[in-house]
Amino acid sequence: MRGGGVEIKGLWVELEEFRLCDINLDIAAGEYFIVLGPTGAGKTVLLETIAGLHRPRRGRILLAGEDITHAPPERRGIGFVYQDYALFPHLSVAGNMAFGLRLRGMGRGEIERRVAAIGRLLGIEHLLHRMPETLSGGEAQRVALARALVVEPRLLLLDEPLSALDPETREALQRELGRVHRELGTTTIHVTHDFEEAVALGDKIAVLKEDRLDGAKREGRIVQVGRPEEIFRRPANEFVARFVGVRNIFRGEAHPAEEGYKLISIEGLEIAAVTGLEGPVHVSVRPEDIVLSRGPLRSSARNAFQGRVVGISDRGTVVYVSVRVPPDFVCMITRRSLEEMGLREGVEVHIAFKASAVHVF
Amino acid sequence: MRISFVLLGSLLILFVAWPLARTVTATGPAALWRTLLDEEVRASILLTFYASLLATIIAFVCGVPLAYLLARVDFPGKRLVEGIIDLPIVVPHSAAGIALLMVFGRRTLLGQAFGLFGLRFVSALPGIVIAMLFVSLSFLVNAAREGFEAVDPRLEKVARTLGASPWRAFWRVSFPLAWRSILSGMILMWARGISEFGAVVILAYHPMVAPVLLYERFESFGLSYARPIATLLILTCLATFTALRLIAGRKRR
Repeated sequence: MRGGGVEIKGLWVELEEFRLCDINLDIAAGEYFIVLGPTGAGKTVLLETIAGLHRPRRGRILLAGEDITHAPPERRGIGFVYQDYALFPHLSVAGNMAFGLRLRGMGRGEIERRVAAIGRLLGIEHLLHRMPETLSGGEAQRVALARALVVEPRLLLLDEPLSALDPETREALQRELGRVHRELGTTTIHVTHDFEEAVALGDKIAVLKEDRLDGAKREGRIVQVGRPEEIFRRPANEFVARFVGVRNIFRGEAHPAEEGYKLISIEGLEIAAVTGLEGPVHVSVRPEDIVLSRGPLRSSARNAFQGRVVGISDRGTVVYVSVRVPPDFVCMITRRSLEEMGLREGVEVHIAFKASAVHVF
Repeated sequence: MRISFVLLGSLLILFVAWPLARTVTATGPAALWRTLLDEEVRASILLTFYASLLATIIAFVCGVPLAYLLARVDFPGKRLVEGIIDLPIVVPHSAAGIALLMVFGRRTLLGQAFGLFGLRFVSALPGIVIAMLFVSLSFLVNAAREGFEAVDPRLEKVARTLGASPWRAFWRVSFPLAWRSILSGMILMWARGISEFGAVVILAYHPMVAPVLLYERFESFGLSYARPIATLLILTCLATFTALRLIAGRKRR
């Protein structure tokens, strides 16, 4: 484990159009920490402040117990990866990766050895001689990651690292981020607006909320910190609940099954899904994709289970019904069907959803 | 529509190219050779190139940092500074010469101060250099500023996080990336300096730079004596300009 823990105490950052208020975070060494929030400038400002690129008005930042609040960026040992890679266009891939090592006055042989090693780890050895403009998005982001990691930072900051990529590349790189983190154990702060990304990667999540103040100024503050399950099972307030949405998210294990389906076991329950993934995965099913009925359903849906109503949450025209199979599934129905079916807590019901409605990530 | 636009545009191209071509073709190779053998002509062309090069180097040393500041930092009075940089383009160049004379002239404070170090401006090389510097520095500063503006500030930020001090981030990232713009600004400035007449003639009639020499020959001996020099000037400038543009262009990947 080579990462350092991070403590942020009462941090205030004041910029022309934006400010961060009273940020307090405690990130353990080696943790994968997610800062989740709607798209906006706030999350980048937080990362850039930790990296030393903005001077905070108040508060302290400690890295591995050392107060780095006033240290210049080059002395912090913090790696940074931007959303759109920010590769040096005048240097080759190898030149980009060697940049930090050269600054440290390392010998040519040692630089080559380290660049090759980190290149292997990220599967970009074959790209070393290429120029950045010839790379695809996924390749460029791997290079940016390699460039940050090769200097062995105590902390890695990722600013929406997957947002600029197409869905397929994003999924592959997301797994890569998890794997690299497991192998190197670098403390990581990853900023994103994508909840599934947060759940898939994060040991812990902090939700950042932005408010518009009078005038054009906006301010950001942390409204909840917790493990992923805590965030979506017990949102601290209306904003978090709304941002995260009502979801069925489970952790499970995917195995191959017949006809191209995968079976995913979740707390003893087997769910059929269509996915290329195998092994430990996350699964989500939208509440509106689950069909609810009193009697057994005759439909083409691959997933049909019996359960008991354990909760009903009235939202006006629609109603969210929690059904314990187990696990608990949240289903969305109209108020009318609620009344027609005469649902209340304790009633036995059947639920069904298609394999194609199961999103695996 | 496109045809009429092409016609109108061609008029302008012709307006530039024809007189130049006419001058060049009107001079026979023999007359050109004789002019080349003229010691005074050769010396004045070399002097012109050299003085303009010195002016460009001075503008490079002070102008590149200024351009970087203008591209990166918002400070009060920035618009004013940008306006001052553009001023030499709009001021009549003979007026610029007078203005320089007011500050660098023999009896001025600055003129006397430099005089202590043996540096004289009026009717001397330094006078030519500052006249060229004054009228052409805008080209370099503006080109360099545009070059730095095109460099994503986040590249510098990444360089900092990778261990670069602000100086090193500048020399290893911002400067190499802006270099093409800076170089083309230098070429433009150098060429502009070579062709300067108005400001130079007021500060230093002697030693004679090429445009002044040309003017003098025209005044004293008439068109037929001035033309070979004009041809030579046009050809050398064209050749150097093209060569430098090619060198700068080749660097592009």
